[in-house]
Amino acid sequence: MTFSPKIATVGMAGLLVTFGDKLSEPANRAALAFRAAVNAQGWKEVSETTTSLVSAFVLCDLAAVDIDVMQGRLADLLASRDWYAAPLPAGRSLWHVPTVYGTDLAPQLEEAAALAGLDPDAAIAQLSSARVRVLTIGFAPGQPYMGELPANWDLPRQEGLTRSVPGGALITAIRQLIIFTAASPTGWRHIGQTAFRTFRPDASAPFALAPGDELIFPSVPRAEVLRLRASDQTGDGGADREALP
Amino acid sequence: MTAELILHSAGPALSIQDQGRPGHLASGLTRGGAADCLALAEGAALLGQDPSLAAIEMMGMGGSFESTQDTVIALTGATMSAQLDGAALRWNASHLLPAGARLTIGGAVTGTYGYLHIAGGIDTPLQMGARAGHGSAGIGTPLVAGTRLPIGAGPTPAAGYFLTPDDRMSGGELRVVRSAQTAQFDAQTQGRFERTAFHKDMRANRMAVRMDHGAAPFQAQNGLGIVSEVIVTGDIQIAGDGAPFILMAECQTTGGYPRIGTVLPSDLPRVAQAQAGTQFTFRFVSLQDAKDIELCARAKTRALGGAIRPLVRNPGDIADLLSYQLISGAVDARADPFTQKGDP
Repeated sequence: MTFSPKIATVGMAGLLVTFGDKLSEPANRAALAFRAAVNAQGWKEVSETTTSLVSAFVLCDLAAVDIDVMQGRLADLLASRDWYAAPLPAGRSLWHVPTVYGTDLAPQLEEAAALAGLDPDAAIAQLSSARVRVLTIGFAPGQPYMGELPANWDLPRQEGLTRSVPGGALITAIRQLIIFTAASPTGWRHIGQTAFRTFRPDASAPFALAPGDELIFPSVPRAEVLRLRASDQTGDGGADREALP
Repeated sequence: MTAELILHSAGPALSIQDQGRPGHLASGLTRGGAADCLALAEGAALLGQDPSLAAIEMMGMGGSFESTQDTVIALTGATMSAQLDGAALRWNASHLLPAGARLTIGGAVTGTYGYLHIAGGIDTPLQMGARAGHGSAGIGTPLVAGTRLPIGAGPTPAAGYFLTPDDRMSGGELRVVRSAQTAQFDAQTQGRFERTAFHKDMRANRMAVRMDHGAAPFQAQNGLGIVSEVIVTGDIQIAGDGAPFILMAECQTTGGYPRIGTVLPSDLPRVAQAQAGTQFTFRFVSLQDAKDIELCARAKTRALGGAIRPLVRNPGDIADLLSYQLISGAVDARADPFTQKGDP
Protein backbone atom coordinates (compact mmCIF):
# COMPACT_ATOMS: atom_id res chain seq x y z
CA MET A 1 0.00 0.00 0.00
CA THR A 2 1.75 3.15 -1.22
CA PHE A 3 -0.81 5.66 0.06
CA SER A 4 -0.01 6.91 3.54
CA PRO A 5 -3.06 7.95 5.55
CA LYS A 6 -3.72 11.68 5.85
CA ILE A 7 -5.41 13.73 8.57
CA ALA A 8 -7.17 16.96 7.61
CA THR A 9 -9.66 19.34 9.18
CA VAL A 10 -13.13 19.57 7.64
CA GLY A 11 -14.71 22.96 8.17
CA MET A 12 -15.09 23.52 11.91
CA ALA A 13 -16.80 20.14 12.21
CA GLY A 14 -14.03 17.62 12.74
CA LEU A 15 -11.05 15.68 11.43
CA LEU A 16 -10.97 13.43 8.39
CA VAL A 17 -8.61 10.46 8.19
CA THR A 18 -8.19 9.36 4.55
CA PHE A 19 -6.85 5.94 3.60
CA GLY A 20 -6.74 6.23 -0.18
CA ASP A 21 -7.23 8.50 -3.18
CA LYS A 22 -9.50 6.00 -4.90
CA LEU A 23 -11.80 3.22 -3.78
CA SER A 24 -10.13 -0.03 -2.87
CA GLU A 25 -11.23 -2.87 -0.60
CA PRO A 26 -8.29 -2.42 1.80
CA ALA A 27 -8.83 1.35 2.06
CA ASN A 28 -12.54 0.86 2.80
CA ARG A 29 -11.77 -1.82 5.37
CA ALA A 30 -9.15 0.42 6.98
CA ALA A 31 -11.70 3.25 7.28
CA LEU A 32 -14.28 0.94 8.89
CA ALA A 33 -11.74 -0.54 11.30
CA PHE A 34 -10.28 2.85 12.21
CA ARG A 35 -13.71 4.31 12.91
CA ALA A 36 -14.50 1.42 15.25
CA ALA A 37 -11.17 1.99 17.01
CA VAL A 38 -11.92 5.70 17.48
CA ASN A 39 -15.31 4.81 18.95
CA ALA A 40 -13.63 2.39 21.33
CA GLN A 41 -11.39 5.19 22.66
CA GLY A 42 -14.39 6.95 24.18
CA TRP A 43 -12.86 10.41 23.69
CA LYS A 44 -15.28 12.87 25.21
CA GLU A 45 -14.52 15.51 22.55
CA VAL A 46 -15.85 13.23 19.82
CA SER A 47 -19.57 13.73 19.21
CA GLU A 48 -20.03 11.36 16.28
CA THR A 49 -18.05 9.29 13.77
CA THR A 50 -18.80 8.14 10.27
CA THR A 51 -17.09 6.64 7.24
CA SER A 52 -17.18 7.41 3.56
CA LEU A 53 -15.71 5.12 0.88
CA VAL A 54 -12.06 5.44 1.93
CA SER A 55 -12.03 7.64 5.03
CA ALA A 56 -13.16 7.93 8.62
CA PHE A 57 -14.61 11.24 9.82
CA VAL A 58 -14.27 12.13 13.50
CA LEU A 59 -16.64 14.91 14.49
CA CYS A 60 -15.38 17.18 17.23
CA ASP A 61 -16.07 20.87 17.74
CA LEU A 62 -12.94 22.47 16.28
CA ALA A 63 -13.83 25.81 17.86
CA ALA A 64 -13.70 24.24 21.32
CA VAL A 65 -11.09 21.47 21.22
CA ASP A 66 -7.30 21.74 21.00
CA ILE A 67 -6.89 20.72 17.36
CA ASP A 68 -3.23 19.78 17.73
CA VAL A 69 -4.06 17.44 20.60
CA MET A 70 -6.84 15.74 18.62
CA GLN A 71 -4.62 15.40 15.56
CA GLY A 72 -1.89 13.94 17.73
CA ARG A 73 -4.25 11.36 19.20
CA LEU A 74 -5.44 10.32 15.75
CA ALA A 75 -1.85 10.14 14.46
CA ASP A 76 -0.88 7.91 17.40
CA LEU A 77 -3.86 5.65 16.74
CA LEU A 78 -2.96 5.53 13.04
CA ALA A 79 0.60 4.52 13.87
CA SER A 80 -0.49 1.82 16.31
CA ARG A 81 -1.16 -0.80 13.61
CA ASP A 82 -1.47 -1.52 9.89
CA TRP A 83 -5.08 -0.48 9.27
CA TYR A 84 -5.05 -1.88 5.72
CA ALA A 85 -4.53 -5.33 7.21
CA ALA A 86 -7.02 -4.82 10.04
CA PRO A 87 -10.01 -7.16 10.33
CA LEU A 88 -13.47 -5.73 9.85
CA PRO A 89 -15.16 -4.52 13.02
CA ALA A 90 -17.51 -6.73 15.03
CA GLY A 91 -21.27 -6.37 15.11
CA ARG A 92 -21.91 -6.65 11.40
CA SER A 93 -24.81 -8.49 9.71
CA LEU A 94 -25.16 -10.64 6.60
CA TRP A 95 -28.41 -10.06 4.72
CA HIS A 96 -30.11 -12.16 2.04
CA VAL A 97 -32.48 -9.84 0.16
CA PRO A 98 -34.97 -11.46 -2.27
CA THR A 99 -34.65 -9.76 -5.65
CA VAL A 100 -36.35 -10.04 -9.02
CA TYR A 101 -33.88 -9.44 -11.85
CA GLY A 102 -35.18 -7.96 -15.08
CA THR A 103 -38.89 -8.01 -16.08
CA ASP A 104 -40.87 -4.76 -16.15
CA LEU A 105 -39.90 -4.23 -12.50
CA ALA A 106 -36.20 -3.85 -13.40
CA PRO A 107 -36.06 -3.04 -17.09
CA GLN A 108 -32.33 -2.48 -17.59
CA LEU A 109 -31.01 -5.95 -16.70
CA GLU A 110 -30.51 -7.04 -20.32
CA GLU A 111 -28.74 -3.83 -21.28
CA ALA A 112 -26.44 -4.03 -18.24
CA ALA A 113 -25.77 -7.74 -18.84
CA ALA A 114 -24.69 -7.02 -22.41
CA LEU A 115 -22.31 -4.32 -21.17
CA ALA A 116 -20.92 -6.84 -18.67
CA GLY A 117 -20.38 -9.31 -21.54
CA LEU A 118 -23.04 -11.79 -20.38
CA ASP A 119 -26.40 -13.10 -21.50
CA PRO A 120 -29.21 -12.30 -19.02
CA ASP A 121 -29.24 -15.75 -17.38
CA ALA A 122 -25.48 -15.69 -16.81
CA ALA A 123 -25.76 -12.15 -15.44
CA ILE A 124 -28.48 -13.21 -12.98
CA ALA A 125 -26.38 -16.18 -11.92
CA GLN A 126 -23.40 -13.93 -11.23
CA LEU A 127 -25.34 -11.13 -9.53
CA SER A 128 -27.49 -13.39 -7.35
CA SER A 129 -24.45 -15.19 -5.95
CA ALA A 130 -22.24 -12.12 -5.45
CA ARG A 131 -21.61 -11.19 -1.84
CA VAL A 132 -21.06 -7.45 -1.45
CA ARG A 133 -20.24 -5.18 1.49
CA VAL A 134 -21.82 -1.86 2.44
CA LEU A 135 -18.89 0.41 1.57
CA THR A 136 -20.66 3.52 2.78
CA ILE A 137 -24.16 4.90 3.32
CA GLY A 138 -25.17 8.21 1.82
CA PHE A 139 -26.92 10.33 -0.79
CA ALA A 140 -30.23 9.47 0.90
CA PRO A 141 -30.88 8.23 4.45
CA GLY A 142 -29.92 4.59 4.87
CA GLN A 143 -28.95 4.17 1.21
CA PRO A 144 -26.05 1.70 0.84
CA TYR A 145 -23.23 1.80 -1.69
CA MET A 146 -22.15 -1.83 -1.96
CA GLY A 147 -19.21 -3.53 -3.65
CA GLU A 148 -17.32 -4.71 -5.27
CA LEU A 149 -18.85 -6.81 -8.03
CA PRO A 150 -16.63 -8.87 -10.37
CA ALA A 151 -14.49 -6.79 -12.75
CA ASN A 152 -16.81 -7.31 -15.74
CA TRP A 153 -19.36 -5.10 -13.90
CA ASP A 154 -17.16 -2.00 -14.15
CA LEU A 155 -19.91 -0.27 -16.14
CA PRO A 156 -19.90 3.49 -16.75
CA ARG A 157 -22.90 5.49 -15.63
CA GLN A 158 -25.35 5.93 -18.50
CA GLU A 159 -25.17 9.30 -20.24
CA GLY A 160 -28.78 10.30 -19.67
CA LEU A 161 -30.58 10.01 -16.37
CA THR A 162 -33.42 7.54 -15.89
CA ARG A 163 -36.23 9.84 -14.83
CA SER A 164 -37.19 7.85 -11.78
CA VAL A 165 -36.54 4.43 -10.32
CA PRO A 166 -38.58 3.38 -7.27
CA GLY A 167 -37.54 2.80 -3.68
CA GLY A 168 -36.13 -0.71 -3.26
CA ALA A 169 -34.60 -0.65 -6.76
CA LEU A 170 -31.27 -2.45 -7.14
CA ILE A 171 -29.11 -0.39 -9.48
CA THR A 172 -25.52 -0.77 -10.66
CA ALA A 173 -22.50 1.09 -12.04
CA ILE A 174 -18.69 1.04 -11.47
CA ARG A 175 -18.70 -2.45 -9.84
CA GLN A 176 -21.11 -1.23 -7.17
CA LEU A 177 -24.74 -1.84 -6.25
CA ILE A 178 -27.20 0.50 -4.53
CA ILE A 179 -30.62 -0.24 -3.03
CA PHE A 180 -32.54 2.99 -3.55
CA THR A 181 -34.10 4.55 -0.46
CA ALA A 182 -36.78 6.52 -2.29
CA ALA A 183 -37.87 7.18 -5.87
CA SER A 184 -35.26 9.33 -7.56
CA PRO A 185 -33.61 9.97 -10.93
CA THR A 186 -30.34 8.11 -11.51
CA GLY A 187 -27.54 7.54 -13.98
CA TRP A 188 -27.08 3.96 -12.73
CA ARG A 189 -28.87 1.03 -14.40
CA HIS A 190 -31.93 -0.55 -12.80
CA ILE A 191 -31.22 -4.31 -12.86
CA GLY A 192 -33.24 -5.67 -9.94
CA GLN A 193 -36.13 -4.85 -7.66
CA THR A 194 -36.46 -5.67 -3.98
CA ALA A 195 -39.16 -5.02 -1.36
CA PHE A 196 -36.46 -3.90 1.09
CA ARG A 197 -36.81 -0.50 2.74
CA THR A 198 -33.47 0.99 3.75
CA PHE A 199 -34.99 3.87 5.79
CA ARG A 200 -37.91 3.42 8.18
CA PRO A 201 -38.34 6.80 9.87
CA ASP A 202 -41.16 5.64 12.15
CA ALA A 203 -39.44 2.46 13.34
CA SER A 204 -37.43 2.19 16.55
CA ALA A 205 -34.44 1.22 14.37
CA PRO A 206 -34.85 3.60 11.41
CA PHE A 207 -31.81 2.41 9.47
CA ALA A 208 -31.68 -1.21 8.34
CA LEU A 209 -28.05 -1.31 7.21
CA ALA A 210 -24.74 -0.16 8.64
CA PRO A 211 -21.39 0.35 6.91
CA GLY A 212 -19.58 -3.00 6.84
CA ASP A 213 -22.75 -5.12 6.60
CA GLU A 214 -22.70 -7.72 3.81
CA LEU A 215 -25.49 -8.60 1.40
CA ILE A 216 -26.49 -11.30 -1.08
CA PHE A 217 -29.38 -10.76 -3.52
CA PRO A 218 -30.88 -14.18 -4.32
CA SER A 219 -33.09 -14.31 -7.41
CA VAL A 220 -36.84 -14.80 -6.82
CA PRO A 221 -39.79 -14.67 -9.20
CA ARG A 222 -41.44 -11.37 -10.03
CA ALA A 223 -44.64 -12.48 -8.25
CA GLU A 224 -42.71 -13.06 -5.03
CA VAL A 225 -41.41 -9.48 -4.92
CA LEU A 226 -44.91 -8.18 -5.62
CA ARG A 227 -46.29 -10.36 -2.81
CA LEU A 228 -43.60 -9.15 -0.39
CA ARG A 229 -44.20 -5.54 -1.36
CA ALA A 230 -47.91 -5.91 -0.64
CA SER A 231 -47.66 -7.92 2.58
CA ASP A 232 -44.44 -6.93 4.35
CA GLN A 233 -44.94 -4.71 7.40
CA THR A 234 -41.39 -4.70 8.71
CA GLY A 235 -39.52 -3.11 5.83
CA ASP A 236 -37.27 -6.15 5.50
CA GLY A 237 -39.07 -7.25 2.34
CA GLY A 238 -38.53 -10.94 3.14
CA ALA A 239 -34.83 -10.51 3.83
CA ASP A 240 -33.02 -12.83 6.25
CA ARG A 241 -30.44 -11.38 8.59
CA GLU A 242 -27.70 -13.26 10.39
CA ALA A 243 -24.96 -11.92 12.65
CA LEU A 244 -21.45 -12.12 11.25
CA PRO A 245 -18.77 -13.34 13.62
CA MET B 1 -56.68 20.01 27.53
CA THR B 2 -53.69 20.54 25.33
CA ALA B 3 -53.50 23.96 23.74
CA GLU B 4 -53.29 23.96 19.97
CA LEU B 5 -52.07 26.31 17.30
CA ILE B 6 -54.43 26.23 14.32
CA LEU B 7 -53.14 27.06 10.84
CA HIS B 8 -55.96 28.74 8.92
CA SER B 9 -53.76 29.40 5.91
CA ALA B 10 -50.16 28.56 5.17
CA GLY B 11 -47.55 29.78 2.70
CA PRO B 12 -45.94 27.19 0.43
CA ALA B 13 -42.93 26.38 2.61
CA LEU B 14 -43.82 26.25 6.29
CA SER B 15 -42.19 23.57 8.39
CA ILE B 16 -41.53 22.71 11.99
CA GLN B 17 -37.87 23.29 12.84
CA ASP B 18 -35.63 22.89 15.83
CA GLN B 19 -31.91 22.25 16.26
CA GLY B 20 -32.11 19.09 14.14
CA ARG B 21 -30.98 15.49 14.55
CA PRO B 22 -27.27 15.02 15.16
CA GLY B 23 -25.80 11.54 15.30
CA HIS B 24 -26.98 9.93 12.05
CA LEU B 25 -24.26 10.87 9.55
CA ALA B 26 -23.07 7.26 9.32
CA SER B 27 -26.60 6.36 8.22
CA GLY B 28 -26.69 9.03 5.53
CA LEU B 29 -28.85 11.56 7.37
CA THR B 30 -27.62 15.11 7.93
CA ARG B 31 -28.59 17.03 11.02
CA GLY B 32 -31.09 19.38 9.34
CA GLY B 33 -32.86 21.85 11.63
CA ALA B 34 -33.56 25.56 11.26
CA ALA B 35 -32.01 27.29 8.24
CA ASP B 36 -31.21 30.26 10.52
CA CYS B 37 -30.31 28.75 13.88
CA LEU B 38 -29.61 32.19 15.36
CA ALA B 39 -33.29 33.03 14.85
CA LEU B 40 -34.20 30.00 16.99
CA ALA B 41 -31.99 31.29 19.79
CA GLU B 42 -33.48 34.77 19.51
CA GLY B 43 -37.01 33.40 19.79
CA ALA B 44 -36.03 31.37 22.83
CA ALA B 45 -34.47 34.45 24.44
CA LEU B 46 -37.57 36.56 23.82
CA LEU B 47 -39.76 33.89 25.42
CA GLY B 48 -37.27 32.99 28.14
CA GLN B 49 -37.31 29.34 27.16
CA ASP B 50 -35.02 26.56 25.99
CA PRO B 51 -33.57 27.03 22.48
CA SER B 52 -34.16 23.34 21.76
CA LEU B 53 -37.93 23.91 21.56
CA ALA B 54 -39.49 23.72 18.08
CA ALA B 55 -40.82 26.70 16.14
CA ILE B 56 -42.46 27.25 12.75
CA GLU B 57 -40.06 28.20 9.96
CA MET B 58 -41.67 30.21 7.15
CA MET B 59 -39.75 30.53 3.88
CA GLY B 60 -40.71 33.69 2.04
CA MET B 61 -44.34 33.73 3.18
CA GLY B 62 -46.17 33.23 6.46
CA GLY B 63 -49.77 32.26 7.08
CA SER B 64 -52.61 32.89 9.51
CA PHE B 65 -52.73 31.33 12.93
CA GLU B 66 -54.97 31.02 15.97
CA SER B 67 -54.32 29.62 19.42
CA THR B 68 -56.95 27.77 21.42
CA GLN B 69 -55.57 29.26 24.66
CA ASP B 70 -54.02 32.58 25.66
CA THR B 71 -50.32 32.34 24.96
CA VAL B 72 -47.26 34.38 24.03
CA ILE B 73 -45.46 34.29 20.69
CA ALA B 74 -42.20 35.67 19.36
CA LEU B 75 -41.33 36.60 15.77
CA THR B 76 -37.72 36.39 14.55
CA GLY B 77 -35.60 35.89 11.43
CA ALA B 78 -36.64 37.43 8.12
CA THR B 79 -38.83 40.47 8.73
CA MET B 80 -42.38 39.77 7.62
CA SER B 81 -45.49 41.90 7.87
CA ALA B 82 -47.45 40.71 10.91
CA GLN B 83 -50.82 41.66 12.31
CA LEU B 84 -52.89 40.62 15.29
CA ASP B 85 -56.59 41.08 14.52
CA GLY B 86 -55.54 43.80 12.11
CA ALA B 87 -53.12 45.68 14.39
CA ALA B 88 -49.50 45.71 13.22
CA LEU B 89 -47.02 43.71 15.30
CA ARG B 90 -43.35 44.51 15.66
CA TRP B 91 -40.88 41.88 14.39
CA ASN B 92 -38.04 40.61 16.61
CA ALA B 93 -40.41 40.91 19.55
CA SER B 94 -42.76 38.90 21.76
CA HIS B 95 -46.49 39.48 21.89
CA LEU B 96 -49.56 38.22 23.69
CA LEU B 97 -51.68 35.96 21.45
CA PRO B 98 -55.11 35.76 23.07
CA ALA B 99 -57.21 32.67 22.45
CA GLY B 100 -59.28 33.06 19.29
CA ALA B 101 -57.38 36.11 17.99
CA ARG B 102 -56.10 35.91 14.42
CA LEU B 103 -52.35 36.27 13.83
CA THR B 104 -51.60 37.02 10.18
CA ILE B 105 -48.06 36.86 8.81
CA GLY B 106 -47.43 38.02 5.24
CA GLY B 107 -44.47 37.96 2.88
CA ALA B 108 -40.83 38.51 3.79
CA VAL B 109 -39.80 42.17 3.53
CA THR B 110 -36.13 41.57 4.25
CA GLY B 111 -34.56 38.11 4.42
CA THR B 112 -35.95 34.70 3.53
CA TYR B 113 -36.75 32.60 6.61
CA GLY B 114 -39.09 34.00 9.27
CA TYR B 115 -39.84 32.15 12.53
CA LEU B 116 -42.96 31.98 14.66
CA HIS B 117 -42.15 30.81 18.19
CA ILE B 118 -44.72 29.98 20.80
CA ALA B 119 -44.41 29.70 24.56
CA GLY B 120 -43.83 26.01 25.35
CA GLY B 121 -42.77 25.26 21.77
CA ILE B 122 -44.53 23.23 19.10
CA ASP B 123 -45.05 19.87 20.79
CA THR B 124 -45.46 17.37 17.97
CA PRO B 125 -44.12 13.86 18.72
CA LEU B 126 -40.37 13.44 18.55
CA GLN B 127 -39.24 11.52 15.50
CA MET B 128 -35.71 10.16 15.82
CA GLY B 129 -35.11 12.57 18.68
CA ALA B 130 -36.28 15.79 17.05
CA ARG B 131 -39.33 17.53 15.59
CA ALA B 132 -37.64 19.21 12.63
CA GLY B 133 -38.96 18.51 9.16
CA HIS B 134 -36.18 17.22 6.89
CA GLY B 135 -37.68 17.51 3.43
CA SER B 136 -34.84 15.95 1.47
CA ALA B 137 -34.87 12.90 3.77
CA GLY B 138 -38.65 12.57 3.69
CA ILE B 139 -39.10 13.33 7.40
CA GLY B 140 -42.14 15.48 8.10
CA THR B 141 -44.28 17.25 5.53
CA PRO B 142 -44.82 20.95 4.77
CA LEU B 143 -47.46 22.45 7.04
CA VAL B 144 -50.76 23.11 5.30
CA ALA B 145 -53.99 24.97 6.11
CA GLY B 146 -56.13 23.10 8.60
CA THR B 147 -53.22 21.69 10.58
CA ARG B 148 -53.62 21.80 14.36
CA LEU B 149 -50.31 21.70 16.20
CA PRO B 150 -50.05 20.85 19.91
CA ILE B 151 -48.42 23.54 22.04
CA GLY B 152 -46.06 22.46 24.83
CA ALA B 153 -47.08 22.98 28.44
CA GLY B 154 -45.24 25.32 30.74
CA PRO B 155 -45.43 28.71 32.38
CA THR B 156 -46.54 31.55 30.12
CA PRO B 157 -43.78 34.16 29.95
CA ALA B 158 -44.36 37.90 29.94
CA ALA B 159 -45.00 39.37 26.49
CA GLY B 160 -43.73 42.69 25.22
CA TYR B 161 -39.99 42.34 24.74
CA PHE B 162 -37.87 43.06 21.72
CA LEU B 163 -34.29 42.74 20.57
CA THR B 164 -32.28 44.39 17.84
CA PRO B 165 -30.26 41.79 15.94
CA ASP B 166 -27.19 42.69 13.91
CA ASP B 167 -28.16 42.81 10.23
CA ARG B 168 -27.87 39.37 8.64
CA MET B 169 -30.17 39.92 5.67
CA SER B 170 -27.81 41.89 3.41
CA GLY B 171 -25.06 39.48 2.36
CA GLY B 172 -21.47 40.70 2.68
CA GLU B 173 -18.21 38.91 3.33
CA LEU B 174 -18.33 35.22 4.27
CA ARG B 175 -15.42 33.85 6.27
CA VAL B 176 -14.14 30.52 4.95
CA VAL B 177 -11.73 27.92 6.35
CA ARG B 178 -9.59 25.71 4.16
CA SER B 179 -10.77 22.14 4.16
CA ALA B 180 -9.72 18.66 3.07
CA GLN B 181 -10.02 19.45 -0.67
CA THR B 182 -9.00 23.11 -0.83
CA ALA B 183 -5.54 22.16 -2.11
CA GLN B 184 -7.16 20.67 -5.23
CA PHE B 185 -7.71 24.29 -6.32
CA ASP B 186 -4.49 26.07 -7.30
CA ALA B 187 -3.42 29.30 -5.61
CA GLN B 188 -4.53 31.40 -8.57
CA THR B 189 -8.05 29.92 -8.45
CA GLN B 190 -8.24 30.44 -4.69
CA GLY B 191 -7.14 34.08 -5.13
CA ARG B 192 -9.68 34.68 -7.88
CA PHE B 193 -12.34 33.09 -5.68
CA GLU B 194 -11.62 35.69 -2.98
CA ARG B 195 -11.67 38.60 -5.44
CA THR B 196 -14.92 37.66 -7.21
CA ALA B 197 -18.24 39.27 -6.33
CA PHE B 198 -21.00 36.64 -6.14
CA HIS B 199 -24.76 37.05 -6.09
CA LYS B 200 -27.14 34.67 -4.41
CA ASP B 201 -28.95 32.76 -7.13
CA MET B 202 -32.68 32.03 -7.33
CA ARG B 203 -31.73 28.37 -6.89
CA ALA B 204 -31.56 28.30 -3.11
CA ASN B 205 -33.30 26.10 -0.57
CA ARG B 206 -32.71 24.22 2.67
CA MET B 207 -30.25 21.89 0.89
CA ALA B 208 -28.00 24.32 -0.97
CA VAL B 209 -27.55 27.89 -2.12
CA ARG B 210 -26.05 28.57 -5.55
CA MET B 211 -23.79 31.59 -5.91
CA ASP B 212 -23.83 33.22 -9.32
CA HIS B 213 -20.92 35.11 -10.82
CA GLY B 214 -19.82 36.60 -14.12
CA ALA B 215 -16.28 35.21 -13.98
CA ALA B 216 -14.78 32.14 -15.63
CA PRO B 217 -15.75 28.80 -14.01
CA PHE B 218 -13.83 27.78 -10.90
CA GLN B 219 -12.26 24.39 -11.38
CA ALA B 220 -10.31 21.87 -9.33
CA GLN B 221 -7.21 20.38 -10.88
CA ASN B 222 -8.70 16.90 -10.69
CA GLY B 223 -12.35 17.85 -10.46
CA LEU B 224 -13.90 14.75 -11.98
CA GLY B 225 -11.58 12.21 -10.41
CA ILE B 226 -12.43 12.88 -6.77
CA VAL B 227 -13.64 9.93 -4.74
CA SER B 228 -16.94 10.65 -2.99
CA GLU B 229 -16.17 12.21 0.38
CA VAL B 230 -17.93 13.58 3.49
CA ILE B 231 -19.83 16.86 3.29
CA VAL B 232 -20.41 19.23 6.19
CA THR B 233 -22.86 22.12 6.35
CA GLY B 234 -21.20 25.24 4.98
CA ASP B 235 -19.04 23.37 2.46
CA ILE B 236 -18.61 25.30 -0.78
CA GLN B 237 -19.00 22.72 -3.51
CA ILE B 238 -17.93 23.60 -7.03
CA ALA B 239 -20.44 21.97 -9.36
CA GLY B 240 -19.86 20.87 -12.93
CA ASP B 241 -20.60 24.35 -14.29
CA GLY B 242 -17.89 25.94 -12.12
CA ALA B 243 -20.32 27.81 -9.83
CA PRO B 244 -20.14 27.46 -6.05
CA PHE B 245 -22.99 25.91 -4.08
CA ILE B 246 -22.97 26.46 -0.32
CA LEU B 247 -24.36 23.31 1.30
CA MET B 248 -27.00 23.99 3.92
CA ALA B 249 -28.80 22.21 6.78
CA GLU B 250 -30.45 19.50 4.64
CA CYS B 251 -27.47 18.72 2.39
CA GLN B 252 -26.39 15.18 1.60
CA THR B 253 -23.79 13.48 3.79
CA THR B 254 -21.31 12.70 1.01
CA GLY B 255 -20.58 14.05 -2.43
CA GLY B 256 -18.22 13.70 -5.34
CA TYR B 257 -17.80 17.37 -6.31
CA PRO B 258 -14.72 19.11 -4.93
CA ARG B 259 -15.11 21.59 -2.06
CA ILE B 260 -12.97 24.75 -2.13
CA GLY B 261 -13.57 25.52 1.56
CA THR B 262 -16.20 25.76 4.29
CA VAL B 263 -18.17 28.82 5.38
CA LEU B 264 -17.97 29.39 9.14
CA PRO B 265 -21.10 28.19 10.98
CA SER B 266 -21.77 31.66 12.42
CA ASP B 267 -21.88 33.14 8.88
CA LEU B 268 -24.42 30.61 7.56
CA PRO B 269 -27.50 32.52 8.77
CA ARG B 270 -26.44 35.34 6.39
CA VAL B 271 -26.27 32.83 3.51
CA ALA B 272 -29.71 31.46 4.36
CA GLN B 273 -31.38 34.82 4.91
CA ALA B 274 -30.17 36.87 1.92
CA GLN B 275 -32.72 37.28 -0.84
CA ALA B 276 -31.87 36.39 -4.46
CA GLY B 277 -29.45 38.88 -6.01
CA THR B 278 -27.76 39.83 -2.73
CA GLN B 279 -23.99 40.26 -3.09
CA PHE B 280 -21.44 38.10 -1.25
CA THR B 281 -17.67 37.73 -1.22
CA PHE B 282 -15.54 35.00 0.34
CA ARG B 283 -12.39 35.41 2.43
CA PHE B 284 -10.17 32.61 3.71
CA VAL B 285 -9.33 32.88 7.41
CA SER B 286 -6.96 30.80 9.52
CA LEU B 287 -8.31 28.06 11.77
CA GLN B 288 -7.26 30.11 14.78
CA ASP B 289 -9.16 33.17 13.56
CA ALA B 290 -12.13 30.93 12.79
CA LYS B 291 -12.06 29.60 16.35
CA ASP B 292 -12.03 33.12 17.76
CA ILE B 293 -14.92 34.18 15.49
CA GLU B 294 -17.01 31.13 16.42
CA LEU B 295 -16.42 31.42 20.16
CA CYS B 296 -17.27 35.11 20.06
CA ALA B 297 -20.48 34.42 18.13
CA ARG B 298 -21.47 31.67 20.56
CA ALA B 299 -20.88 33.92 23.56
CA LYS B 300 -23.08 36.55 21.95
CA THR B 301 -25.83 33.99 21.33
CA ARG B 302 -25.65 32.80 24.94
CA ALA B 303 -25.99 36.40 26.10
CA LEU B 304 -29.18 37.05 24.07
CA GLY B 305 -31.29 36.76 27.20
CA GLY B 306 -29.60 39.89 28.52
CA ALA B 307 -30.07 41.76 25.25
CA ILE B 308 -33.87 41.77 25.25
CA ARG B 309 -35.61 45.04 26.14
CA PRO B 310 -39.19 45.83 27.11
CA LEU B 311 -41.32 47.36 24.40
CA VAL B 312 -42.28 50.89 25.42
CA ARG B 313 -45.87 51.47 24.44
CA ASN B 314 -47.10 54.75 23.13
CA PRO B 315 -49.90 55.85 25.54
CA GLY B 316 -51.98 56.70 22.46
CA ASP B 317 -51.96 52.99 21.56
CA ILE B 318 -53.48 51.97 24.87
CA ALA B 319 -57.21 52.00 24.33
CA ASP B 320 -58.15 51.69 28.00
CA LEU B 321 -55.64 54.18 29.35
CA LEU B 322 -57.95 55.44 32.06
CA SER B 323 -58.20 52.01 33.59
CA TYR B 324 -54.46 51.96 34.34
CA GLN B 325 -53.28 53.02 37.80
CA LEU B 326 -50.72 55.67 36.84
CA ILE B 327 -50.00 57.29 40.17
CA SER B 328 -48.69 54.64 42.52
CA GLY B 329 -45.52 54.12 40.51
CA ALA B 330 -44.38 57.74 40.94
CA VAL B 331 -41.09 58.16 42.72
CA ASP B 332 -39.64 60.85 44.89
CA ALA B 333 -37.35 62.88 42.65
CA ARG B 334 -34.98 63.45 45.57
CA ALA B 335 -34.56 59.75 46.30
CA ASP B 336 -31.38 57.96 45.35
CA PRO B 337 -32.50 55.87 42.37
CA PHE B 338 -29.91 53.19 43.12
CA THR B 339 -31.21 52.49 46.58
CA GLN B 340 -34.29 50.35 46.52
CA LYS B 341 -36.88 50.46 49.23
CA GLY B 342 -36.63 47.45 51.43
CA ASP B 343 -32.87 47.14 51.07
CA PRO B 344 -31.42 46.15 54.43
